[in-house]
Amino acid sequence: MRHDHLIGAKQLSRTDIESVLDRAAEFDADPTAFADTRPDTLLALCFFEPSTRTKMSFDAAIKRLGGSATDMGSVDSSSVTKGESLADTMRVVAGYADGIVLRHPSEGAARLAAEFVDVPVINAGDGAGQHPSQTLLDLYTIRENAGLDDLRIGVMGDLKYGRTVHSLAGALTNFDARMHFISPESLALPRNVRFDLHESGAVVKEHTDLDAVLDELDVLYVTRIQRERFPDESEYRAVAGEYRIDADVLADARDELTVMHPLPRVDEIAPDIDDTDHARYFEQAHNGVPVRMALLDSML
Amino acid sequence: MTDTELRVSKIRDGTVIDHVPGGTALHVLAVLGIDGSGDEEISLGMNVPSDRLGRKDILKIEDRELSADEVDVLSLIAPRASINIVREYEVSEKSRVSRPDEVIGVLSCPNVSCITTGEEPVDSAFDVLDDGVRCRYCDTIVRDDVASLIEST
Ligand SMILES: [Zn+2]
Repeated sequence: MRHDHLIGAKQLSRTDIESVLDRAAEFDADPTAFADTRPDTLLALCFFEPSTRTKMSFDAAIKRLGGSATDMGSVDSSSVTKGESLADTMRVVAGYADGIVLRHPSEGAARLAAEFVDVPVINAGDGAGQHPSQTLLDLYTIRENAGLDDLRIGVMGDLKYGRTVHSLAGALTNFDARMHFISPESLALPRNVRFDLHESGAVVKEHTDLDAVLDELDVLYVTRIQRERFPDESEYRAVAGEYRIDADVLADARDELTVMHPLPRVDEIAPDIDDTDHARYFEQAHNGVPVRMALLDSML
Repeated sequence: MTDTELRVSKIRDGTVIDHVPGGTALHVLAVLGIDGSGDEEISLGMNVPSDRLGRKDILKIEDRELSADEVDVLSLIAPRASINIVREYEVSEKSRVSRPDEVIGVLSCPNVSCITTGEEPVDSAFDVLDDGVRCRYCDTIVRDDVASLIEST
């Protein structure tokens, strides 16, 4: 992959994706065998929003490659609270490190950061925008379990604000994937994601009900519906309850169905699915390290 | 001279912007940074009957020619507008607006959590689509009411 920055999934070609996933498979086979790969590389982790797993997995990935990470710390303790612009913060950090991993609550933050620095910027989530490194590990998990061609995938939950959904949808246009999007109407895909899917000629269907498509899916990608998206508790409960799955719901699914979730989950996937062959979300989370090793190795 | 043109007075030197969608002339003035506080002489016809548009607005602005940037933004809110430059009471140049590929620093993003709406040292940037504009930072697409995004200066 030859990009200066990773901002959104739209910039990824099929070749880009496959080369990262192939390299990730090498790392996955023996993650401890590559400590000589990036011995002098320092990665800056700039998380303006709380994160545990994304930050930890980037940290683990650069260390597995023999490099090191420096962490901006929490936003409360940084100069951001003193009103410094993101552009200034990024220019300073770029002077310390060989690459920047950025999570920020505002859409477009990574794109802006990339304009001000000459080290690679990786978007680790920009508000309700994009989360492309998550998408690479999602694709890795899909490839391992269901294959990326002739794929029938359902994506369910908060499709409007879900950045993992936006990036995944964009990246899947590179493959022969039939995409089903399942959500309450108020949380359906945003206009820009729908626009790009349409432009790409992807086969896309939108539903409000999982039953309509469950029995044909190879993969069901579940995301959390957040309380703050609804005006009141009772409306939230009523809607969210419709998009929860448990072993009973999956009784109608194909035996080979792979269930994924970017985690953390709350209760949208019942624990009684965890021990079934459908559950792949912990494996998916595990894949974050080898996939981010491959991503860092290709960009830094 | 047609009946429509008679409704607003002739100008000696300046610009006539015709075939603006009915009711949007004030947005056009906003694009041009005209709010009446300067000394520009302006004649407006609003919601006059038009064969092409049903209702159209027409603006006549004395002693003013439009910049390329102004024409670009005008094209977003009045894609069928024609621009006539008048010198000594005669139309000396006639042109149609054409849509640019991008608009930089003129529109503000309607997405409140877009990074460009904060205190960052960047101009807003929109790509122009067939039927709207798209923020280059947050990807928000605006189709209707692009005029409402014009930054007040
Ligand atoms: Zn924006």
